[in-house]
Amino acid sequence: MKTNDVILQTTTKVVFFIIFLFSIHIFFAGHYTPGGGFVGGLLTTGAIVLLLLAFDLKTIQQILPFNFTIVTGIGLLLALGTAAGSIFFNVPFFTHAFDDFTLPLFGETSLHTAMLFDSGVYLVVVGSAITIIQSIGGDD
Amino acid sequence: MQFKMFCAILTITSTYRLLGFYTLKNMDGRRILLEFVLLIFLPFVFAILVPFAYKYIKGIHTGWFVLLVPLVLFGYYLSFIPLTMDGGHAISEIKWIPTLGIAFTSYIDGLSLLFTLLITGIGSLVVLYSIFYMDKKKENLGSFYVYLLLFMTAMLGVVQSDNTMTLYLFWELTSISSFLLIGYWYTRDKSRFGALKSMMITVFGGLMMLGGFILLSIMGDTFSIRELIAQAPELVNHPYFTLALILILLGAFTKSAQFPFYIWLPDAMEAPTPVSAYLHSATMVKAGIYLVARFTPIFGTSSTWIWLVTGIGLLTLFWGSFFAVKQTDLKAILAFSTVSQLGLIMSLLGAGAISYHTTEAMFAFATYAAIFHLINHATFKGGLFMIAGIIDHETGTRDIRKLGGLMSIMPLSFTVALIGSLSMAGLPPFNGFLSKEMFLESMVALQHFELFQFDTWGILFPIVAWVASVFTFTYSLYFVLKTFLGQGKVDQLPKRPHEAPIGMLVAPVILASLVIIIFFIPNVLGKWVIKPAVMAVQPTLYGSPADINIHVSAWHGFDSVGLWLTVAIVIIGSLLYLTIPKWQPLYKIQPAKLSLNEGYDALMRGSEKGMNRLSRAFMTGLIRTYLLYMFAFLSVTVIAVLFIKDAFVVDMNSFAAITLYGALNAVILLLSIGFVVFAKSRLAAIIALGGVGYSVALFFVIFKAPDLALTQLVIETVSVALFLLAFKHLPALNEHGETKKNKVVNLIISLSVGVMVTLVALSSHSQKLIPSISQYYKDTVATEAGGGNIVNVILVDYRGFDTLFEIAVLAIAGIAVLGMIRLRVSRKETTDENK
Repeated sequence: MKTNDVILQTTTKVVFFIIFLFSIHIFFAGHYTPGGGFVGGLLTTGAIVLLLLAFDLKTIQQILPFNFTIVTGIGLLLALGTAAGSIFFNVPFFTHAFDDFTLPLFGETSLHTAMLFDSGVYLVVVGSAITIIQSIGGDD
Repeated sequence: MQFKMFCAILTITSTYRLLGFYTLKNMDGRRILLEFVLLIFLPFVFAILVPFAYKYIKGIHTGWFVLLVPLVLFGYYLSFIPLTMDGGHAISEIKWIPTLGIAFTSYIDGLSLLFTLLITGIGSLVVLYSIFYMDKKKENLGSFYVYLLLFMTAMLGVVQSDNTMTLYLFWELTSISSFLLIGYWYTRDKSRFGALKSMMITVFGGLMMLGGFILLSIMGDTFSIRELIAQAPELVNHPYFTLALILILLGAFTKSAQFPFYIWLPDAMEAPTPVSAYLHSATMVKAGIYLVARFTPIFGTSSTWIWLVTGIGLLTLFWGSFFAVKQTDLKAILAFSTVSQLGLIMSLLGAGAISYHTTEAMFAFATYAAIFHLINHATFKGGLFMIAGIIDHETGTRDIRKLGGLMSIMPLSFTVALIGSLSMAGLPPFNGFLSKEMFLESMVALQHFELFQFDTWGILFPIVAWVASVFTFTYSLYFVLKTFLGQGKVDQLPKRPHEAPIGMLVAPVILASLVIIIFFIPNVLGKWVIKPAVMAVQPTLYGSPADINIHVSAWHGFDSVGLWLTVAIVIIGSLLYLTIPKWQPLYKIQPAKLSLNEGYDALMRGSEKGMNRLSRAFMTGLIRTYLLYMFAFLSVTVIAVLFIKDAFVVDMNSFAAITLYGALNAVILLLSIGFVVFAKSRLAAIIALGGVGYSVALFFVIFKAPDLALTQLVIETVSVALFLLAFKHLPALNEHGETKKNKVVNLIISLSVGVMVTLVALSSHSQKLIPSISQYYKDTVATEAGGGNIVNVILVDYRGFDTLFEIAVLAIAGIAVLGMIRLRVSRKETTDENK
């Protein structure tokens, strides 16, 4: 039986972006307000799960043509690279650096290497969660 | 004449010493004195070369090369005789583990020299014999001689070591090499069985002995036996003294085949005959005797020692001689006879220890007699084993019921066997007579000893000794006469018997002539070898070997007790021999099930079965059972510790006030938990679990943890979604076939785990020993880390290391799920291809 889920699919198209933007917000705001790479990553995963519910696996693989295991790997490399980068500046492993910069568009901005690390966390969370869901869901 | 011979030997050996050992030069051209402790390892090093000799020099029997080793060693060690004759000793040491005080030490005094000479001397003869006994083409000579040389090193190490740890090392090496030698014909079931049995029993004893040595080293704070002997008077009062004594005696008794550990020796007769002659009559079984003699200065003053060594020795003597007549296999008779003779030596050593308590000369005699008989036994038993081997070799059977009438066919073998047997029986003019006489006199003297209740039980000792000697006489006759005299069915034997080749006879003839020579010159032997050995066993009693006032003579006059006892032995023993067919059925009275062998088998089978049953009982293979064990253990130990340490405290003041939202939320949480536990369907349980998760998230909100609340909410959602995904693959919730009783046990254990966790949480909350470090985070979050959200800053900055590995865990989990599902599919595909 083929069900007609136009409403679900249409709503999903809108809601997906709202959740996705919210997850990006939570990710960036993490250093000052509740949130961070982990919750951000999980929210993004939630958005993708919603897509998976509304559409089928193959469609999602066409929309998001990433190999999520590679995403996981990139995330791990990013996190480890940030942590290891500090040793080139003659400071202990995992020392973060931050400072205020004046950027062309954003103006006065505080930039922090912890954000790079958090991006790694974000990518790993998204990558492995989607890997798990895709492999369990795609298995017959 | 004797002196000239002695001088000649001395010259040869000292020249050899000069040539071989003093000419090595170091870089400066100075002479290096090679430590003679290295000689212990000479057979070991030679053993490395043996396989090459065996493989590449096919024309010559490998034994000829091997023969060099014991001969050279024998010659070398002879040169120590002048030193020990004066009561001196020589020490050579190589440090092995200096920080622990473990060293390879060669300590040569009278006792170790005596054993060393036995090992190398009989070793040479046995190697010579084996050259003719072991076939060059049919047998794997390479491994035979490697094992034999390994054994020789081990034995030399045992008797020369002054360090208990290296003594133990060599002790186990004798067990291992003996195991290899007994199992030499490893394709035979009986050989493997015998090897395993001897290994089990001797290694058991060896480990006990190690325990004793460790206790001794704790008591005396040294591994050196000499230093321990020096401390002997203080050691006696130590609480570990008796335990160490018993453990060391266990080692000695298992190795020397004393009652009830003798059972491995008859089974070890599956070894090739040279091995039986060497290991199981002359050397290895005497390692236990050596141990007892060596430790007499430490333990000898104790009554436990005297009772155990003398009592077990006599029991073994009687038991072995009584059961020797039952045997029908030539080597089995000799094995039981060895057991019995070892018991004799052991009991004499025990009686010798009495001399610490009384000045009566008779007991000092006992040690002398023990060592004298030790030498005598090595000579006649070695010869007898070789003859048994010859008979086996030339007739194809060792069964005494098939043999008989070989006297005219094998006259030389018969002569040697007769000399050996009569010496074993204790008749003149053979050396066994002298030591047997001394033995009987010592045992008669025992009943007059007044300490340790010997006056009540003492009368038993000479009686048992005498009865055992009667049986010894009987089996000696039985051995030699049943084999060589009588009608015999010569033509029914597996092989056509003929006299052995001359080479095979050389070694037993030498031993037999020694048997006679020693009878005529016992005091020369006494002066050269035995008195220094007695001196080593009883160092406190004598100033020098010359003080030992013993003169052995064959004739004591008509008033000697030993003479009349011997006459009685001959008469009654002969009568017993003549009536063997009439009383042999007596042995059938003992049911087979009650024998010690049966006991050993039952122990082995029983322990295997018992262990099997035990592990089957608790290793059910069900994870449920294992979880029960773990949880039960955890809750019981933690609750027990809480109460033993009196650690359970509840401090009401540290609790925060209960809020309305908190209480409401707790009710929701409890309801959902109850729903999870009592749910009948899986779907309901999953949903209730979601309820638990969301109410926990609510708790996080109430307790002001927004990050946790967010994460908990999202993770709960994702995991419920995963549960639902997996749900469609799972079967319906079933009962696992659990009975009511199981459920009650589960309930009790889960309740106790709950109680345990609650108690621990309450107690640890009430007792905070150190203040929290969170103030530091609050103070530095903006200045040091440039952030505002403490939780996130802790996660990525202060303690980012944890996060790094947590995301690694997550990645591994993702890849593992992928791998599990993909690999399962691919395996299915490959099996399909195979179809």
